[in-house]
Amino acid sequence: MAPVIRAGALRETPSVAINLKVNGVSRSVPAEPDTPLLYVLRNDLELNGAKFGCGLAQCGACTVLVDGRAVRSCVTPISTIGTSEITTIEGLGSLEKPHALQRAFIEEQAAQCGYCINGMIMSAKELLDRNPRPSEQDVRASLAGNLCRCGTHNRIIRAVLRAAQANGRT
Amino acid sequence: MNAAAFNRRQFTAGLGAVVVAFSLGPELARGQERLPGGLQNNRRLDAWIRINADGGATVFTGKVELGQGVLTALAQIAAEELDLPLSRIEMVSGDTGRTPDEGHTSGSVSIESSGTALRMAAAEVHSILLDLAANRLGTSPSDLTVASGVIAAPDGRKIGYGELVAALDLKREATAKVRPKAASNYKVVGQAVQRLDIPAKVTGGAAYVQDIRLPGMLHGRAVRPPRYGAKLESFDEVAARAMPGIVAIVRDGSFLGVIAEREEQAIKARAALSEGAKWSGGTELPDPEREYDHLLSLRSVDTVASEKQASPAPSGARVVEATYRKPYLAHASMGPSCALAEFRAGRFTIWSHTQGVFPLRLDLAKSLQVEPAAIRCIFAEGAGCYGRNGHDDVALDAALLARALPGRPVRVQWMRDDEFAWEPYGPAMVMKAQAAVADGRIVDWQYELWSGPHGVRPGVPDGSNLFASWSLDQPQKRPFARNIPLPAGGSDRNAIPGYDLPNHRIVNHFIPEMPIWVSSLRTLGGYANVFAVESFMDELASAAGVDPVAFRLAHLTDPRARAVIEAVAKKTGWKTGETGDGARGRGIAFARYKTLATYVAVVAEVEIDRASGMVHVPRATAAVDAGLIINPDGLTNQIEGGIVQSVSWTLKEEVRFDRRGILSRDWASYPILTMPEAPTVEVELINRPNERPLGAGEASQGPAAAAVANAFANATGKRIRDLPLNPARVKAALG
Repeated sequence: MAPVIRAGALRETPSVAINLKVNGVSRSVPAEPDTPLLYVLRNDLELNGAKFGCGLAQCGACTVLVDGRAVRSCVTPISTIGTSEITTIEGLGSLEKPHALQRAFIEEQAAQCGYCINGMIMSAKELLDRNPRPSEQDVRASLAGNLCRCGTHNRIIRAVLRAAQANGRT
Repeated sequence: MNAAAFNRRQFTAGLGAVVVAFSLGPELARGQERLPGGLQNNRRLDAWIRINADGGATVFTGKVELGQGVLTALAQIAAEELDLPLSRIEMVSGDTGRTPDEGHTSGSVSIESSGTALRMAAAEVHSILLDLAANRLGTSPSDLTVASGVIAAPDGRKIGYGELVAALDLKREATAKVRPKAASNYKVVGQAVQRLDIPAKVTGGAAYVQDIRLPGMLHGRAVRPPRYGAKLESFDEVAARAMPGIVAIVRDGSFLGVIAEREEQAIKARAALSEGAKWSGGTELPDPEREYDHLLSLRSVDTVASEKQASPAPSGARVVEATYRKPYLAHASMGPSCALAEFRAGRFTIWSHTQGVFPLRLDLAKSLQVEPAAIRCIFAEGAGCYGRNGHDDVALDAALLARALPGRPVRVQWMRDDEFAWEPYGPAMVMKAQAAVADGRIVDWQYELWSGPHGVRPGVPDGSNLFASWSLDQPQKRPFARNIPLPAGGSDRNAIPGYDLPNHRIVNHFIPEMPIWVSSLRTLGGYANVFAVESFMDELASAAGVDPVAFRLAHLTDPRARAVIEAVAKKTGWKTGETGDGARGRGIAFARYKTLATYVAVVAEVEIDRASGMVHVPRATAAVDAGLIINPDGLTNQIEGGIVQSVSWTLKEEVRFDRRGILSRDWASYPILTMPEAPTVEVELINRPNERPLGAGEASQGPAAAAVANAFANATGKRIRDLPLNPARVKAALG
């Protein structure tokens, strides 16, 4: 049987708490200031949307909005956020009331495994807020930092353009 | 939306429960009749289908969702035969306690095996329900009609499936005697229904193994050696113990792991342990400059895959030779592998995105030295894996850690460098071709390939294929690798071209032991073999002075093969003898996947920046025949994805290493195709309602690669035979 070294009593998790405003609600989380936002969102706030992909800000799967700007939550320490507003994909819409982007991704069936889609939608949200009528080239350029491995690129582009059109109609 | 009915991931269903260890797949007794598809090994109706008191159905499958949309397609098949709306079908997949054992979800055969079983079983259950209703209503089954799970008599009396449940006995062997619906009567099959899993995936729903949170759950990480086979000599226990939140450090032989209260604490402890760990020995890798020479020098098991000698080649035939090479490719899943394990009262429960819960259970049992019945493996989806990546190995990591803390579930999420450095890659391959052409025909074809194994997965008798198990205190044997036999083949998959070749010899040099760890990557040898065969077809067409489309058609009699080539040529406006202008060009390629399944022809366009050596594929067009189409949009999605992934492999990808170890450890050292670089893909489907349905997840990658290489040659007059077509090779080729 394997040697097991139990270390539990040596140092407790510090009882610091940091306040964050997530999807319009203030939350207090018991984490060290240098903790990447991603782990707080996923583990403390139990939000599934932002994904761990690389922890290196290379793939975009963990993208959330901070004051409307798309950031990589895997490398964003919670201490740097202050009173800024964090929006996750859960804050955009729900199964019952999907956001135009979420609806467009369903209508275009723009997912295979779907692991990258959180990042695609959040980056696209930032784009559409800035540029409501993007061209296909604009969409491609704005998603250049979001990797997809299944090859769903064509559908993702179509879904973002469809959401822009839907926004234009309302 | 069907999400509400799509309740297959009952994450906590097995918690604390006694493991149900009954056999759903008894050994075939003598004299038993052969049953179609997956029914052959899982013969009872209730292994596949249960009718619920609410009149809906629960459908069990051993195949699992890998992002390919298979559960939606299987639900469509069951709904069709049961005359139920799709929303009344609940899918349960991949659970050693609940579902049939269908081995691995691999090789694009889920629709053929599980789909066939479900079609036959559902048709039989439907017939039994009709018999029961007829008896109850005092009429003949043939007078009854069914709509949405309600059976109606001619006089208007009705009875729902739910009312028949008490009398329904599905604890019986399937007969496969009930004829399923004719394709012309399909209402659900053949429709582009929306995938059941997508709504949760775009709204932050619980969709993945990574999203499972169990009460009292801890976070684990493993500390890996710097290279394969290195032995752990010592580690800095004191430094790690001093870190906050550490609950346990586990060492078993050369396996080292850490468990912490919080995930970021486990990550920091992993870094600290990694820093202080001392390792010795390990496997020296080949010199990457001489990688392919080294490959050819390794011991191989040589077999003739196919040989035919009808008549000697005529004298004066023109002989062409070429050698093609493919590097190691990574699965490079977007989400690193993840698993949860709990050890309680001597039993393990494992949540895993493995491709086969039953085979994984066998290797876990050996590695943990317990009986398979003491382990329940429950599938939960991960990010797309495209074959055997780290999904099985992380399950052992989680189990080894959870064993140290009975009653506390442990979640292990590999870091990005764990995934890149420790996944088993698609092996490097070399393909040598030599052929003779005369009068526009191939009169002789000689082909040899060298490749490591592709099917290295859990579930083989002579050891364990979980890499951590090889270096435990009581290590498991690393099994001897075997090739997957023809006709599907492993390294020799698609080595036998689908063309009419009266004289040919195809030799497979199978290399059981490779210096770099390898296993199944989408298409197995198919990608490299189709790249070689279809590049060579263009080289031969050129030597014969014949257009590539006409040259292929001249060697094909199979009408379905001809149809996809003709369809893609027509759709793209292919002109006989078209040539590129030095910077732009088009190429075509074709393959029938595994030489026995889906037909795909692709035309790719390339644009070459001669200064930078960059190749861009702006557009690719495919024509596809996958037999009967279950879900046209799902099929199109698979083909689109396969082409884009293949363009990424073909233009950009190779695993980098030096003699000391693997160098590709993140997305900077293993770049893949980005959004601005992705081709626009168009797909034309040819439906064959009277042909058996075929898988499509692996059908387009080979043709896409060769179409790109052929387009490059068409554009520039120069051919690149070594993958990938990266700037260095392009500049070298263009001088």
